[in-house]
Amino acid sequence: MKKSSKTGEIYYKPPKLKYSFFPGCSLKASGHENTMSLMKFCDRVNIELKELEDWNCCGSSSAHSINHSIAENLPMRNISLVPKGVPLLIACPSCLLRMKSMYLKIKGDEALKQEYENRWGQPFDEELEIIHFFEIFSRIRLEDYIENPRGKLKNLKVAVYYGCMLSMPPDLKDEKSYYGIMEKTLSKLGAEIAPYGYGMRCCGTYLSAAKPQIAQTVVNEIVSRAMEAGAECLVTACSMCHLNLEIRCTIKNPIPTLHFSELLSMALDVKDQKKWFPRHIVDPVPMLKKRGLITS
Amino acid sequence: MIKLGQNQDDLADEIKALSGINFSACFHCRTCTNACPFLEGMDYAPNKIIRLIQFGQEETALKSSTIWVCVGCNTCSSCCPMAIDIPAIMDGLRHKAIEKGIKIAEPDILSFHTEVLNTVKKYGRTHKLEIMMRYKLKKLDLLSDMGMGLNMLKKRKLDLTPSKVKDKKAIEKIFKDR
Repeated sequence: MKKSSKTGEIYYKPPKLKYSFFPGCSLKASGHENTMSLMKFCDRVNIELKELEDWNCCGSSSAHSINHSIAENLPMRNISLVPKGVPLLIACPSCLLRMKSMYLKIKGDEALKQEYENRWGQPFDEELEIIHFFEIFSRIRLEDYIENPRGKLKNLKVAVYYGCMLSMPPDLKDEKSYYGIMEKTLSKLGAEIAPYGYGMRCCGTYLSAAKPQIAQTVVNEIVSRAMEAGAECLVTACSMCHLNLEIRCTIKNPIPTLHFSELLSMALDVKDQKKWFPRHIVDPVPMLKKRGLITS
Repeated sequence: MIKLGQNQDDLADEIKALSGINFSACFHCRTCTNACPFLEGMDYAPNKIIRLIQFGQEETALKSSTIWVCVGCNTCSSCCPMAIDIPAIMDGLRHKAIEKGIKIAEPDILSFHTEVLNTVKKYGRTHKLEIMMRYKLKKLDLLSDMGMGLNMLKKRKLDLTPSKVKDKKAIEKIFKDR
């Protein structure tokens, strides 16, 4: 039970939620600040994340682009590693898509199920739940952990950026849509949402490396539209998007891009900003100081 | 479905088998094309690629830059009124182009994918720094993104050492049966 310091009122403390956690390569190797703030946030809201033991790359865009068999087997091995009875939580939208798509494909195909079981020596878990990080907002109430939520990100004007994560291929069309979840959550914490119409425009993913010019065009458009709408920062829920919005933006004095998990952690009074913000290419510290959201 | 080209059924059936998608349902409303964020980088609009296959213009489709520039963001497929999985068609066409040894319109993109899979084969996970170094070296272009790369290293956005899977045999197995 958590006691409010002001009123002495006892809050209801919900039971601990436990998940297997699939970080994926982007969070594990370049978006460290995303992972660190995500772990802190989950810890504060009574969620236990246990990293999936010995996970491998989901195959990303490259496997399905050039090799069908590798694209199927990489996610298959990961699925076989998940301990029974524990839902798998994935924070990277692209990893989620690869894993969920493959899981549903096996589930609907008896021959493939047999192949999976023979190859990975595990019975196929028909009950396995694979969820995106966003799903936890349907399972916890932020209000249970924050005393005065509206004051936490007060007056911060944000442009939320989902990239491609809300666009689902036909085989996942029956999956839950999280459209609006960042707007809803951040408004609840006192932030002001700047509507700009580019929140679902893809960031260019690997074209950022292989066709920088194309990525630069889309990134500049996204960032400048957010700035025109009066946003003080962009907020992303994908490490890859975050990287592209930072490295391929060539406009002068762009607004910073924050990870959704960083803002969530800040709202829960986590004081680890010094570990996260030096890893940003566009420094968010001056803007956050101006807003009185950080002091040092 | 309109039938024109001689080889039309062959390619159409093959791509159908490869992608599992019945694209003959496409009636060219261009919703995909209007939604595509990367149209400017493509030689044929996404619906035109489908049109080419419907017309049996196999080579033109396989030689196009479109099939490589498409990143599979699903913007098109999520708004297609006929629920056609367009990125899956692009996957099928890419595989076909590689298999047939067609001259790849966007060799840089293929080379990037190859380097990504090379690190996955080696470590079980991607290693961004190595991917970029090898990709740039192969392209003989070490300078264009040097400043950005150094900045990323300074900001610790590129790990120097790869994160690795312990069960190497499992990863070998995945890459052996390709």
